[in-house]
Formats: sequence, structure tokens, C-alpha cells
Amino acid sequence: MQVKVLTEILQANDAQASSNRQLLDRKGVFLVNVMSSPGSGKTTFLIDVARRLKGRVRVGVIEADVASTVDAEKVAREGIPVLQINTGGGCHIEARQMADALTRFPLQDVDVLFLENVGNLVCTAGYRLGEHRRIVIASVPEGDDKPYKYPTMFHVVDAVVVSKADLVPYVKYDFDEFSRAVRSINREVGIFRLSAVTGEGMDAWCSWLLEQVRSAGGQS
Amino acid sequence: MHELSITQSLLDIALEQARTHGATRVSKIRVVAGAMHNLVDDSMRFCFEILSRGTAAEGADLTVETVPATARCRGCQERFELQPYDWRCPKCQSREFDLVAGNELLVSEIEME
Repeated sequence: MQVKVLTEILQANDAQASSNRQLLDRKGVFLVNVMSSPGSGKTTFLIDVARRLKGRVRVGVIEADVASTVDAEKVAREGIPVLQINTGGGCHIEARQMADALTRFPLQDVDVLFLENVGNLVCTAGYRLGEHRRIVIASVPEGDDKPYKYPTMFHVVDAVVVSKADLVPYVKYDFDEFSRAVRSINREVGIFRLSAVTGEGMDAWCSWLLEQVRSAGGQS
Repeated sequence: MHELSITQSLLDIALEQARTHGATRVSKIRVVAGAMHNLVDDSMRFCFEILSRGTAAEGADLTVETVPATARCRGCQERFELQPYDWRCPKCQSREFDLVAGNELLVSEIEME
């Protein structure tokens, strides 16, 4: 017997993502899925964002790494509520793991929750987690050709952060070429060139984030 | 290596369909996968062989049909396949386009007995 099915393979993940989203909306928490390759500066960026938003919104972080609690310890030293998930080899977070993490996180203590996803530009792009926004961080030393190598990632995100902008004078990097490549695959996406070390561009990104949080609040 | 998790999901779907139709054996599964999902079909078949052991789908033939990442030019409406490092319309050289195919990830057909 031959059966035509046309079933989305990730339907179970997407259904779990929807219920994660409902939980977050009930609790009034705005979730941002932060993706990038390893070493792009996600943790440094998030710590700087949390410092800048102090007194405006309460920020929390879920750290997902293959192993170790190094990142969570750094974040915890800042007094930011943090939960570490270790995937034990898993290269991305799925909605079910996110659901489990949400039950263990003090959601009542935060307004904006960042998931620092496993450093990976391929697998992480395919899994919806129930997040309100998805962003990718692509650091300057990684090169301006990243969008060509990982088109899916740059296609699915709501904002692109170019980190370590203070290194531009020292490496071969053409920001305009990078932006053109990103825009051809994701026309409306915001591109933020910044450096958590010098502070360049950080306020602009924080303003974008606050605007996204406000607009989501208006919707629900 | 998202092949393992995706293969588990497609196996779950196939076994669920077999139960629904009262079948005892799944002999063939056809998957449609857009190139944007970056799936390696050999790797999926390898995962499938291991995951399906001892299930009604053990030994089933898994076929993965890949759909190329396809764009349509916003200027001249030309449809073209996205080539590595050259994201331009081959006809008018524009870099403004919309992706029209390549995001699919479906189980399209299951054969069962």
C-alpha cells in the first residue's frame, strides 16, 4: 500500500515550539535565540547588553554548550540569572530541550531571556524553539563571505550582528560586501556592526531589541 | 549533524502512519528535502539503518529527493538556482531576488504492507 503523506518532518518540534511560545507569552518573557559559530563573542556581547539594559529590562540567559559551565559562570558573576544546559555532543537545541530548560529557569525574574545556542551555523538554523526573535552573530575575523557559506542561517534570522568591529583595521573584511550578501538573501533584516570592547554600535542594537520587545508586548 | 534528529522524526512519522493504516511493515519512505536544510542523504540513510532496527521500518528503502535552493529575480522574474559565491540573476545580474524553493522538509510518500 502506498500512502501520500506530505507531513512536515519537524512538525513535532514545531508543535513543541508553539507551546513554549505560549508559556513565554503567559509569563511575559521575550525570548531571543542567539546563534553563531563558536568564538564569535556571544557571551561577551550578551554580558555587555545586560549591563546596558540594567534598570530598563531584567535580562536572563540560558547557556547551551556541548560541555562545561564556563560561560554560565561568567554570566553569573554579573548577577544575571543564568541556566547552563549541556547537550553532551548535541550540536543544536531542540524545542523539547528548550521546554525543559524553561521549567527550570526563574521566568518570573526576567523580561528578556537570551538563549545562547550551541556554536554552530548549520543545525541551529533548522529548529524553532518558540523564540520571539532569532539573531545571528558573525564576527569580523570570521570573514565577510559567511552568508555565502551558510545561507540558511542568514535567511532565517531577524537581525544580523557583526561583532568585533574593532578588529576591522587588522583583518581583510569588507563590511559593504558582507551586507550586500546578507541583504540578497534576507532583504529587510537589520544589520548591526558593533564591538562589545569599544562599545561602538551597542546602543543601536539595544534600541532595536527594546523596540522588538515593545512591539511584541503590543501584540499579545 | 542534525541528520540523526531529523531521521528520528521521519521514522516516528512513518511508524505512526503504519499504525494508523494497520500495516506491519514499512518498505519505502520518500523524503523531499530542500537544499537549505543542508542534509547529507548518505548520513540520513546511515542513521535510518541504526534507528529503524527492531521497528516495522527496519530494512525500508529511504529515498531523499533534494530540491535545489531556487530564487526568482525581482527584476526580470527569471528563476535560477543559487550558486555558491555567485548570488546574481544569470539573466540581468541583479542581486535582488526571493527564494522560491529549497526550504521544504517533508515525508512525501510511504509504502507499507
